[in-house]
Amino acid sequence: MQEGTVLEMRGICKAFPGVRALHNVDFTLRAGEVHALMGENGAGKSTLIKVLTAVYTKDAGEIRVAGAPVHFKSPQEAQDGGVGTVYQEVTLCPNITVAENLFIGRGKSPFIKWKGMNAGAKAILDSLGIPAMPGQQLSSCSLAVQQMIAIARAVDMDCKILVLDEPTSSLDEDEVKKLFSLMRDLKARGVAILFVTHFLDQVYEVSDRITVLRGGELVGEYVAKDLPQYELVSKMMGKALEDIDEIKNTQAAMESGEEYLFEAEGLASSAGISPFDFHIRKGEVNGFTGLLGSGRSESVRAIFAADKVTGGAVKVKGKRVKIDKPIKAMKQGIGYLPEDRKADGIIADLSVRDNIILALQVMKGFLRPFSKAEAQAFADEYIAALNIKTASADTPVGSLSGGNQQKVILARWLLTHPDYLILDEPTRGIDIGTKVEIQKLVLRLASEGMGVTFISSEIEEMLRTCSRLIVMKDRHIVGELAGEQLTQDDVMRTIAKGGRADA
Amino acid sequence: MPKALRGVLIPLTVLLLLLLINVIKDVDFLDISNVNGALYGNIPNILFGATELVIITIGMTLVTSASGGQDISVGVVATITSAVFIQALAAFGPVSWLSVAGALVVSCAVGALLGLFNGTLVAIFRIQPMVATLILFTAGRSIAFLIDGKVSPNLKNAVTTQIGGVIPGVPIQTPIILTVVVIAVFAVLFKLTNLRLYTQTVGINEKAARLNGIDPVKVKLLVFVILGICCAVAGFISVCKNERHDSVNLLKLIEMDAILAVALGGNALIGGKFNLPGAIIGAYTIEVLNRTLLRFGISPDAIKAVKAAFIIFLMIVSSPVVMSLLDKARGKIAGRLEKSASDKYGGPKTEGA
Repeated sequence: MQEGTVLEMRGICKAFPGVRALHNVDFTLRAGEVHALMGENGAGKSTLIKVLTAVYTKDAGEIRVAGAPVHFKSPQEAQDGGVGTVYQEVTLCPNITVAENLFIGRGKSPFIKWKGMNAGAKAILDSLGIPAMPGQQLSSCSLAVQQMIAIARAVDMDCKILVLDEPTSSLDEDEVKKLFSLMRDLKARGVAILFVTHFLDQVYEVSDRITVLRGGELVGEYVAKDLPQYELVSKMMGKALEDIDEIKNTQAAMESGEEYLFEAEGLASSAGISPFDFHIRKGEVNGFTGLLGSGRSESVRAIFAADKVTGGAVKVKGKRVKIDKPIKAMKQGIGYLPEDRKADGIIADLSVRDNIILALQVMKGFLRPFSKAEAQAFADEYIAALNIKTASADTPVGSLSGGNQQKVILARWLLTHPDYLILDEPTRGIDIGTKVEIQKLVLRLASEGMGVTFISSEIEEMLRTCSRLIVMKDRHIVGELAGEQLTQDDVMRTIAKGGRADA
Repeated sequence: MPKALRGVLIPLTVLLLLLLINVIKDVDFLDISNVNGALYGNIPNILFGATELVIITIGMTLVTSASGGQDISVGVVATITSAVFIQALAAFGPVSWLSVAGALVVSCAVGALLGLFNGTLVAIFRIQPMVATLILFTAGRSIAFLIDGKVSPNLKNAVTTQIGGVIPGVPIQTPIILTVVVIAVFAVLFKLTNLRLYTQTVGINEKAARLNGIDPVKVKLLVFVILGICCAVAGFISVCKNERHDSVNLLKLIEMDAILAVALGGNALIGGKFNLPGAIIGAYTIEVLNRTLLRFGISPDAIKAVKAAFIIFLMIVSSPVVMSLLDKARGKIAGRLEKSASDKYGGPKTEGA
């Protein structure tokens, strides 16, 4: 064993019915390092973490913590054994205080020591520089702070190994910075951090080492600064990545001539965006951009009537229509892939087949169900067309990986053959291969005449795919960019100088 | 194992075990005798006795799925609707098959209205189903007593007696036939409509359901209305069986058995995906359990305690914890079998069982 090694996983194997999730995977974590675990969806990252934290039992292999073999039987045992885990979604209780969240459910005593709890919590928060008050309700903290409190709880429970499973996926840039400084701080104290993320830049910002998995097997362990980003991506995908450069919306900004698919005037919703005008033409890909919370999601939700529409007029293909609930938007040929896949998209316990046919079935009507054969045919067609990796059409969609869940929702909307498709963050939290596929698909759909509104937190993706960008700030549209202006610089400058329209 | 069978494994095993216990105690348990052209015996009695519970359980399963809660007013709704049935029948003049059918339609309409009332509280005012239905649960039997005219009216005539008993020339008791009819109606309903898809979608993810064009409020109202009609049919059959409307005791506490049947059938009481065959088998299991306890001479005072103990046992056996342990054990055995097979033949193993 090398000096400073706190965790060794050797020859880990884990199979699920029909899937070999992990095969002979090794992983080494050293004290005081941040170690990124990278791989596409389905590469086995989550499985490896869940084997470590004893959510799953391994089929074969050995885990050693500080040199001694361990056999955790439950996540609680793993926690007691010094492996703390913080998941993507905050798993604390929103309706109790920060201090209570830090201390409740710990230790052997059935009683809670209320006395001194707040003081103890304050000490922890201060030592880690977390901007929260012990007596504050957790739900009143920002997501990043909640995430940090979850980390503080794990760290304070004396963990030597901290597992962070996509902690940054719901944080904005500032929040990510705060989280990273906390991670560096912990690193300096000798905590070994296993870090999973899909954001490549973040990996390089904090990680010392990178371990890459692909298809359930170990590709290799690398020192972060010696591995160029391009090589990392190709190791994850198993092929060179010329693909991603190929993607480019070559189409010039739409001039007049093509038909308007959708027009809105003074559209407003209960989500509190200021009334806005908007249009999209046949074959156009446009996008709403801006920082998180700028109102870009709220805007497209207003178009689809996902939030209550409170004002404005809309036209579909030049005809005045009233869209006050999603079904009316669907009947006008509009599809909407929501930002939050889990909360608004998938019906987790239902099969892939039911999830794919859902929107089209609802449009067809309650009294006109598809036959099983028809539904199966639709499902098979799109499982093949989008290369959805699932054991069968009967598999519950919740058991698929994130990228494949996203493809199922895409399939759902493509099956309705919409004229106008809204994709809000279709590439969030999914692997690069699928991201590339989705972007290519968007461009192909547009070339076939569909109008697509595309939203992504990754500005490069939007610059690659959109021919027109609507820039938002503080729930107002502050600019529109097309053609030559479609550069990251222009977007940033528009956001920076953009003030309220009425200011 | 076929998927359909796996879903009903636990209730079916329990049901068969209970029947087996009965057969061991009494070899003649399964005997069926022919009395005046109709079949009688323990099995027909079980099917006869479970009629109301099965019908209400079906509706309860749908309500549980879509609303994530339970309706505890089902016995009371059945009592009110059957009181309405008797009044309507009296109002229609001389009793005939036609007037009985007419009165049944009226009572079903009242059942639908009461369901709509419960559904409105749940779907529009977002009151927890158990609290919302507590209102009718509390007030309902008094309402039924008032409809009855503060007496317990008798229902004795050629038609309803045949509905609650036997139609001459038909070998099977009428309530058993009606159970089959109700189950068949639901089978057709699932085939011809998207009731299953809509109900489950709303139960699993209400927000996503709305974004896919489903109106969750309407779906919830619908399942409560369906349950209300189920209650009306159950109340109708019950009053025909009893030949008397007892507003205090008619289908008393059947809500508890119905909820148990739903749970026993492998349905999560927090809603979502549902398993109707499981719930129906669960309902029969509860009926058999009741009768088994009686047959074993457990005193009526103790019967509820024994039943409770048995149900705790059932719930533990069918809990996710025990199920996953079973799955693991099965996996281990299968793994061992595969291993010994591959040891024997040396060849690479083909796909496991």
